[in-house]
Amino acid sequence: MTTGILLQIAQTLAAILLAPLLMGWVNQCRAWLQGRSAPPITQPYRTLRKLFHKDAVIAHNASPLFRFAPYMIFACMALAAGIVPTIANDLPFSPAADVIALVGIFALARVFLALAAMDIGTSFGSLGARREMLVSFLAEPALLMVFFTASFISQSTELPIIVQALAHKEFVIYPSMAFAAVAFWMISVAENARIPVDNPTTHLELTMIHEAMILEYSARHLALIEWAVALKLFTYSALGIALFLPWGIAPQGDPSALPLALLAMLLKMAIGGAALSLMEAISAKLRLFRAPEFLGTAFLLGVLGMLIHFLLEV
Amino acid sequence: MSLTYHLQIVNLLAALLLLISFAMLSQRRIVGLITLFAWQGAALTLSTGLIAWSTGQHHLYYSAGLTLLLKVIGIPWFFFRLVKKLDVDRDVEPMINIPTTMLIGIVLVIFAFNLALPISQMSGTVMRSTLGIAMACVLLAFLMMITRSKAIPQIIGFLSIENGLFFAATSATYGMPLVVELGVALDVMVALFVLGIMSFQIRESFDSMDLKHMEKLKER
Amino acid sequence: MEIYWLLGIPVAGGIFLALWGCRRNAPEINALFSFLTLLAAAALTARIVEHGPLLVGGQGWFFIDSFNVFLVALTAFVAFTTSLFSRPYMRIEKEHGRLNDKRLRLYHSSYQIFIAAMLLALTTNNMGILWVSMEAATLATVLLVSLYRTPASLEAAWKYFILCGVGIALALFGTILLYFAAEKILGSGGTALLWTHLNGVKAQLEPTVLQLAFVFLLVGYGTKVGLAPLHSWLPDAHAEGPTPVSAVLSGLLLNVALYAVMRSKVLVDGALGNDMAGNLMMGFGLFSVVLAAFLIKRQTDVKRMFAYSSIEHMGLITFAFGMGGPVANFAALLHMTMHSLTKSAIFFAVGHATQSAGTQLMDGIRGLIKTNPTIGWGLMLGTVAILGVPPFGVFASEFLIITTAMHEHPWATPFLLLALGVAFAAIFGKVQPMVFGETELPKLPYQPALTPVFMHLGLVLMLGLFIPPYLAAWYRQAAQLLGG
Repeated sequence: MTTGILLQIAQTLAAILLAPLLMGWVNQCRAWLQGRSAPPITQPYRTLRKLFHKDAVIAHNASPLFRFAPYMIFACMALAAGIVPTIANDLPFSPAADVIALVGIFALARVFLALAAMDIGTSFGSLGARREMLVSFLAEPALLMVFFTASFISQSTELPIIVQALAHKEFVIYPSMAFAAVAFWMISVAENARIPVDNPTTHLELTMIHEAMILEYSARHLALIEWAVALKLFTYSALGIALFLPWGIAPQGDPSALPLALLAMLLKMAIGGAALSLMEAISAKLRLFRAPEFLGTAFLLGVLGMLIHFLLEV
Repeated sequence: MSLTYHLQIVNLLAALLLLISFAMLSQRRIVGLITLFAWQGAALTLSTGLIAWSTGQHHLYYSAGLTLLLKVIGIPWFFFRLVKKLDVDRDVEPMINIPTTMLIGIVLVIFAFNLALPISQMSGTVMRSTLGIAMACVLLAFLMMITRSKAIPQIIGFLSIENGLFFAATSATYGMPLVVELGVALDVMVALFVLGIMSFQIRESFDSMDLKHMEKLKER
Repeated sequence: MEIYWLLGIPVAGGIFLALWGCRRNAPEINALFSFLTLLAAAALTARIVEHGPLLVGGQGWFFIDSFNVFLVALTAFVAFTTSLFSRPYMRIEKEHGRLNDKRLRLYHSSYQIFIAAMLLALTTNNMGILWVSMEAATLATVLLVSLYRTPASLEAAWKYFILCGVGIALALFGTILLYFAAEKILGSGGTALLWTHLNGVKAQLEPTVLQLAFVFLLVGYGTKVGLAPLHSWLPDAHAEGPTPVSAVLSGLLLNVALYAVMRSKVLVDGALGNDMAGNLMMGFGLFSVVLAAFLIKRQTDVKRMFAYSSIEHMGLITFAFGMGGPVANFAALLHMTMHSLTKSAIFFAVGHATQSAGTQLMDGIRGLIKTNPTIGWGLMLGTVAILGVPPFGVFASEFLIITTAMHEHPWATPFLLLALGVAFAAIFGKVQPMVFGETELPKLPYQPALTPVFMHLGLVLMLGLFIPPYLAAWYRQAAQLLGG
């Protein structure tokens, strides 16, 4: 049990600390693919440090909610990162929250972000909040469909059990998971505000979604939000790995597998990040009104995955 | 689930076929459509080859080879040339918008699965459940033909129906007798030839490949 | 042996005409090949009549019994007379500048291939090859429908191809399901799709699979039969293609498609042991009859009108086959013959009428009896015959069908009578002024080829008055084969 708790803490901390690294890696890959000279991989850490050292400027009419939101968002993401098995599979935390609760935690963070964005009353904030809500309202059911498919296979909604079923039992190919994987990829792209749904590097008012919501934040608040964003990307990647490439995650009660698991995780994350930047490099941003179509497709794939499960795998 | 690995891969390829069918449904560009068609052919070749290997049905190797030649190389090449010659590759909005089409597609898939369920329950072959997927592919290709108003997407839809049928034949029954399969392949080739001629004729007399011009013959 | 001649001659003709079809006497060569095919068919028929059903080649690739040999004979005969008709008809089209030598070469070559495909469909024992040859027959005619290259004909050909292609794809799915069911009993390999083998084990075939298979086969081949609501290609293809093509499409292709349905029905009936297949056919048939009858009323194009009449009659035949039983089957077979002969005769007459009037619109064709008495009489007699006026043979078969319906399915009779009545009034009302009205049309500058018309109508009249006993016995035998 104690090893479990220790592992849990270690894993959550690792996630929090490694998240900016993943962000840096994705940015670096993208720069390479675009033929630019890349910023160092540790650039996100430097940005965070810089932001933490600055003085925060807050609008006069900001309510306490505005100050409180970044902490809440960061806490939600840290919690989420703790639930998803990244290295080890025996996490005392996880019975407390299954995949459905996980979706709820993401939703909670999003609600706070949207509320904070509207709090100041600038038009950009409201605009961003509205767009964000549109995207997430479409992405959430799709995400649930993906989780349901995985849950049907493993007969449980708890992530460790899902991983257990997928990784540590006899190897079986699940065609339904192929659909779910594609759907999940699309949802992750949308939820993490990446191309083609949103572009994290642009501040064009016509297109931005996520950036519009955090325009009013500065210094430590901004740092927390940026960090939470990195953490969200990390958590989604970890989720994707846990659901679709779970091999290598250390099984319960086997600490000797941990180093290998860490190595496997880093490798998978690196490949995943490279793939993400590759996809970003070769695709163009969709117009906003095409985003529902994109997410509708993701939902459809999720549903299809479930149907396929019933046809092929029962 | 006591399938051997290569049969599991066939299952995966079946799912992939369905996925490609959906992708075709949502594809706006003709060139994209042709590429997807080639991929569908590739998945088909692979699954046929795997079934041949795992069941020892040698004539399926011939079918796989034929598929590779015809559907992965020959037909896509022909279409790319046709598109180039006719200069028709532009974004096309289908007649029903894409999300609606996709929803109809889902309904069709459910329908097909339901239809195939009683049959697949008593099938003797290992690949029983793929019949439903094959039927779904056929129905989706139908849907694509209905929602497109251009000539080439309609032809691709037609050929995609044939792909679905071919998959049904190989997976559910380990392939039709070779004579029949050769005959079907011959028919497909002739059909393609005829359609190629016709697309030029259509182009000549309508100055466009849009079949919306062809709505004169109606019951008044 | 005759069977190889029967299939080989049209194929050879197709190749020969494709290579040397630009010669001036190509129409005569076409007719010659058709005549040789007819001779082979006659020889085959004589052999079947003498020796009974025949299984030829390898494991029995070809199977000929009284049912299909009668269709083989009919097909070869109508194909021959149509080739006679098309000889002057196509020459005139060429003079009018609607066709050139190259297109005529395409026409003659495709015509022979089309005949070959239909004969293969009729004689093959393999349900898969049956599908392949049905598709081949479609493909051979697509380019014939668009022979004039007018926008309307291209549209018709495209519609024809897409609808029939899709329809026949469904039939392929049905065939796959059939094989799927058969393979379990007969083992995989070439023999599991042979009709004779299937027929031997039909009681053991899985009913659920066959039920689904039949639905697909019926819808698939039914598209080619022109059953409503899948009929919409038929009037277009008939109206826009050259008249000889309309004649063979209407008189032959529809029959062959129905033949495919019937071969499947025999298997399904054996497996299911109930009337599901028959009921489906009756439903489709009745719907086609009624729908077509009401649509006839609204036509302005003469070829379209007779195309709808074909839908009506095919619906009637399908209905009769659906009822099953020796009498209904007999009536259906008889009606098939009558319809083929009469409808092709009508199309021959209509072809010349439209050529002389220069339009297919019925308002433009007037007073044929004055300008061209033979065409006028041909059209009039043909119309009277197809409408089921005694003493023509159509009357006999329709009468049989309706009395059987009255006896076995009384609910259907009012619909049938209503539809036939509407069709009668509509067609007669439209043809009458075309034949007898006032006109300023010039006389035809050429001698129309009306021998085939009167040949067909003579046969129909003869069969209406007197069916030779050996022919009746033959029909009865075929009807028996179809069971019910």
